[in-house]
Amino acid sequence: MGSTLAQQIINVLQLGSIYALIALGYTMVYGIVRLINFAHGDFFMVGAYVAYAVFYAFNAYIGAGSPLAFLALAIAMIGGAAIAMLSNQLAYKPLRYKPKLSSLVTAIGVSMFLEYFFSAFPLIGPSQRGFPEILPKQMYTIFGAEISNYVILDLAVAATLMVGLTFLIQKTSLGRAMRAVSQDKDAAKLMGINVESIITATFLIGGAFAGAAGLLAGLTYPRIQPYMGILPGLKAFIAAVVGGIGNVPGAMLGAYILALADNINDTYISQFSNLLAFLILIAILLIRPTGILGEKTADKI
Amino acid sequence: MLTVKNLKVNYGQIEAIKEVSFEVPEGKIVTLIGANGAGKTTTLRAISGLEKASGGTITFKGKDITNQEAHQLVPLGISHVPEGRKIFPTLTVYENLEIAGWTIKDKKIVKQRMEEVFTAFPRIRERISQLGGTLSGGEQQMLAVGRAMVTGGEILLLDEPSMGLAPVLVDEIFERIVALNKMGRTILLVEQNAAEALEIADFAYVLEVGYTKYSGPAKVMKADPRVREAYLGV
Repeated sequence: MGSTLAQQIINVLQLGSIYALIALGYTMVYGIVRLINFAHGDFFMVGAYVAYAVFYAFNAYIGAGSPLAFLALAIAMIGGAAIAMLSNQLAYKPLRYKPKLSSLVTAIGVSMFLEYFFSAFPLIGPSQRGFPEILPKQMYTIFGAEISNYVILDLAVAATLMVGLTFLIQKTSLGRAMRAVSQDKDAAKLMGINVESIITATFLIGGAFAGAAGLLAGLTYPRIQPYMGILPGLKAFIAAVVGGIGNVPGAMLGAYILALADNINDTYISQFSNLLAFLILIAILLIRPTGILGEKTADKI
Repeated sequence: MLTVKNLKVNYGQIEAIKEVSFEVPEGKIVTLIGANGAGKTTTLRAISGLEKASGGTITFKGKDITNQEAHQLVPLGISHVPEGRKIFPTLTVYENLEIAGWTIKDKKIVKQRMEEVFTAFPRIRERISQLGGTLSGGEQQMLAVGRAMVTGGEILLLDEPSMGLAPVLVDEIFERIVALNKMGRTILLVEQNAAEALEIADFAYVLEVGYTKYSGPAKVMKADPRVREAYLGV
């Protein structure tokens, strides 16, 4: 029993880390432009495909192992950042000062575009693919629980990125500008801040995190397909809402709560998949719509 | 230093400013007075780039700055202290000042200007690690003026600095404005408190429903019966 519990805790931490990386992008973009970017889950999917492509492009030269894994991670993050920036420039920026509903519907459009484009694109196609072992899998037994090196990689990457982001937001001038823009765009402009470039930076960071999550999810749950971003995207969105949308620590907290809920759901009531996650969303919206750590009343979307 | 000519600003279908013209000579204090909805705030927002002008020109130091982006005007020397102060509520007082130095490459200058702010407003120094949103109205106004001191504009656009403040604080803020002017800054002051504004200003312009109605030296305007009746309540 002890070992099962330890195993479950590890599973929750692992899934929670992936949710957290996606949820952070959701919450940061919301915080800065008040947009629920429904395409964010698809940036995660793009990251997974980029990592897949990196493997087949470099496998012959480098071979599976840590160097290739880190190369894939770096390029997946760049891929996620690039698709996020393009979506912002092409789809969201022209609608910045238009009614919010326009951007929201556009976000759904961007999401569907990415999914169908990847399905229709001959090199990718709609079918599921096995994700390669970029890193040869190794198993360790700690406290009776089976731990793979993937678990360690997932937790280490997520922790590094989360600590790095917290430092960036709290201690650097870019982070200070991001907080200023999220609070008052006019005042930020009067301080000489180029608000659009801060928004771009936010999309880049959020997209890079989603890209990293794409690689980690590909390794951990080794199947990818163009619609793989929908459900994790939705879970990450719920996580962000549960933690308090726009609130960075809240998104991390919400992600692990959601992972725990999914784990309990799959263990005890697996015939109703995802039931608990949506119940939590409904409950939080009824009881505390600003989320656990959120304070200000969020704007209506 | 600043010339506004036939400025026109629309909010959608509504003409907020129909035709406003005035001039702010270097080193002077110029005030725009007028009732609510006369277009005073919109005029300032158009100058600092927060609103788009739909007609007319704004010239600053001989350069046409009409419809330039707000963030580009800050390094040119325009500092706008907006209506309602717009302090960043969850940034600390220190961070609020620090971020005002965003466009200044040499951070030593930022530190030096922050010291000037602390000297001018000792209360701000005491509140340095508090969040901006926890300050009182008067302290927020001091911080807002302090931020403009850090951005270091040659011209200061001040929008209703006395709004919602106790009379003692109003005097203190106005004293600071005069002091900043003496130190070489040009000031464009928008006020509902016309009496106080005319007291410190060199020139005054009266705005009515989107037009510049009367103008002249502040002393003359203060004695003008039309101004006295409508804005000074005598």
